[in-house]
Amino acid sequence: MEYFVQLFMGGLTRGSIYALIALGYTMVYGIIELINFAHGEIYMIGAFTALIIASVLTLHGFNEIAIFVLASLAAVIYSSAYGFTIEKIAYKPLRHAPRLSPLISAIGMSIFLQNYVLLAQTSDFLPFPGLIPEFGFMKKYEHISSSAELMIFLTTAVVMVILTCVIKFTKIGKAMRATAQDRKMAMLVGVDINRIISITFIIGSALAAVGGVLIASHIGQINFYIGFIVGIKAFTAAVLGGIGSIPGAVLGGFILGWTESFATGYVSSDYEDVFAFALLVLILIFRPAGLLGKSGSQKV
Amino acid sequence: MQKKSEIKKSLLVSLWFMFLTFPIMVIRVNPVEKLVEWRWRNMVIVGVGSFVLSFVWRYMLRQKEAGLKRIYAGGRYKIPSIQRVSEDRRLFIPLLAVLSVFVVIFPFIFSAYQVNIMTTALMYVVLGLGLNIVVGLAGLLDLGYVAFYAVGAYTYGLLNHHFGLGFWAVLPAGAFMGALFGILLGFPVLRLRGDYLAIVTLGFGEIIRLVLENWNDLSFGPSGIANIDRPSFFGMQLSLQSATVYIYFLMITLALFTVFVVNRLQNSRIGRAWIALREDEIACQAMGIDKTKTKLSAFALGATWAGMMGVFFAAKTTFINPASFTFLESAIILSIVVLGGMGSIAGVIIGAFVLILLPEYLRAFSDYRMLMFGAILVIMMVFRPQGIISNVRRTYKFEGINVPGEKNK
Repeated sequence: MEYFVQLFMGGLTRGSIYALIALGYTMVYGIIELINFAHGEIYMIGAFTALIIASVLTLHGFNEIAIFVLASLAAVIYSSAYGFTIEKIAYKPLRHAPRLSPLISAIGMSIFLQNYVLLAQTSDFLPFPGLIPEFGFMKKYEHISSSAELMIFLTTAVVMVILTCVIKFTKIGKAMRATAQDRKMAMLVGVDINRIISITFIIGSALAAVGGVLIASHIGQINFYIGFIVGIKAFTAAVLGGIGSIPGAVLGGFILGWTESFATGYVSSDYEDVFAFALLVLILIFRPAGLLGKSGSQKV
Repeated sequence: MQKKSEIKKSLLVSLWFMFLTFPIMVIRVNPVEKLVEWRWRNMVIVGVGSFVLSFVWRYMLRQKEAGLKRIYAGGRYKIPSIQRVSEDRRLFIPLLAVLSVFVVIFPFIFSAYQVNIMTTALMYVVLGLGLNIVVGLAGLLDLGYVAFYAVGAYTYGLLNHHFGLGFWAVLPAGAFMGALFGILLGFPVLRLRGDYLAIVTLGFGEIIRLVLENWNDLSFGPSGIANIDRPSFFGMQLSLQSATVYIYFLMITLALFTVFVVNRLQNSRIGRAWIALREDEIACQAMGIDKTKTKLSAFALGATWAGMMGVFFAAKTTFINPASFTFLESAIILSIVVLGGMGSIAGVIIGAFVLILLPEYLRAFSDYRMLMFGAILVIMMVFRPQGIISNVRRTYKFEGINVPGEKNK
């Protein structure tokens, strides 16, 4: 039973991270129908920025809480800046191109960013400082969960609530929903499409950065390649829940997290990634619209 | 006035990129020894570089827009020069003759190292042409192409290791296995829309690699299979030196065969169905083309070449392990197709030579190889989605006849 709870908590942690990153995929897809392949790389850049800023601050003798806050803030700012720039360079000129073009451009961007970090930094795994503070009251439950896991879950939950509020109640959220429904119509009623798309990329990237900092500090090491696998898995989560649907991405993230956690715990850990990919293939075959997605018919 | 605002724009871009690349380009930390290295020189490079590049970027965007306007205005369509050369017999035949002489004497005047590189480039030509069927003609973005390559390579590796089967016996088997896996994967996923297909094929490619890495009983895991036989020459085993030359000529033959087949396919009934499917799926179905069958045939035929090249790869290097079949390999082949021009045979050949030979000869830049590949994909898509040599469908010209009411184009 204890093992089960442990796996459950592990799955919850993983699921939170996947959900955070999947949100970026789903929001971008909802608005411009593009699989932003470079999204995983944004997450990786967020983690790297946090590591660099944290290391510099540590040398200057800041205290732990300040380091955690400042490094996370830097990660969020820089990831958003990267997301914004990537959209301007690689996707905006292709707004009216055939569907395949922006996708190939996105793959190119992803490869470019990976190698950019590889060349500018290093190809080795870097140890990531445990930025998340330890809570005293978690000592009792140490055998099933850690404070980092709790923190990841709580942060994700808070971020989700904020995001839902932004999308439901603010003017920007309204404009985003309008753009997702019908871009041309939104333009006609005075929504600045380019601004909304930029904002979507910025929000998505910021979420990815939060995910990046949390998971890197939980796992304890990063390298330039971490974005690729996590990116695909988060995409799986987004598809699982129904791409374009925000609650779907969260649900998909948790389901994927638990699947992986239980499969590696009870079956075999060698095939960890295979489970995720197999799940992706299976969903797409049997329920391409996802769990919460709408399966609309294609208009001619 | 115009100039002033241009410079201001570029300055802003340059400042933005200096900010953007600051933590990753300037600071390098060594968390183990607690060292921080400040590389301010990189910041200067980024600043100056992005300042200059932003001018180039905007100039190219304007050029592209001007080009689009010209086409909309009904301007004359320029026939690409390569096509003019291939249609003009007086130029084409001597050129072909010079090229074939060069190809034949190449291994005798250059070192074995050069011959090896050339063979590799030719392998990528064939892989590119195979992927071109799937991506260029049928318009299905396949990101797991390398999986079929791996299937071919392991077919030969395993059959050779366990049963001692030779290259020639396995070559068709490898091609068949490639096609079989193509159909196995294609059957369930081809109902999916374009971008989902890309991700599923990517996932499939990773699954194959991970299985090969972990299923030790079958594939010997990460350590791979060593001592695979080279192709034999009518039953004789050749020395390393002559085997290199022999493999080179084999590869030339295979490449010519591929070009021939793909060229014939392109203008065949099925090739036209692929192109129609790429252009408009719904209209294509309305014309009575079986969507699934057509897509599946493209997938299987593309995979066949990958399977065959896999066998060849195993025979050439005599050693295979899962590390040779990563996503990057798929990305390289995709870059070849995109750079050359999707759907264009000449384009893919040139693309393969450029992307494989250039990094070999510009050793100083070899670290930047993948960086360049990524940049090429983005830049080509933004500025020249049709590739270096765009594929021009065969057109028939009426000579000397003026169609009434229409300008003689």
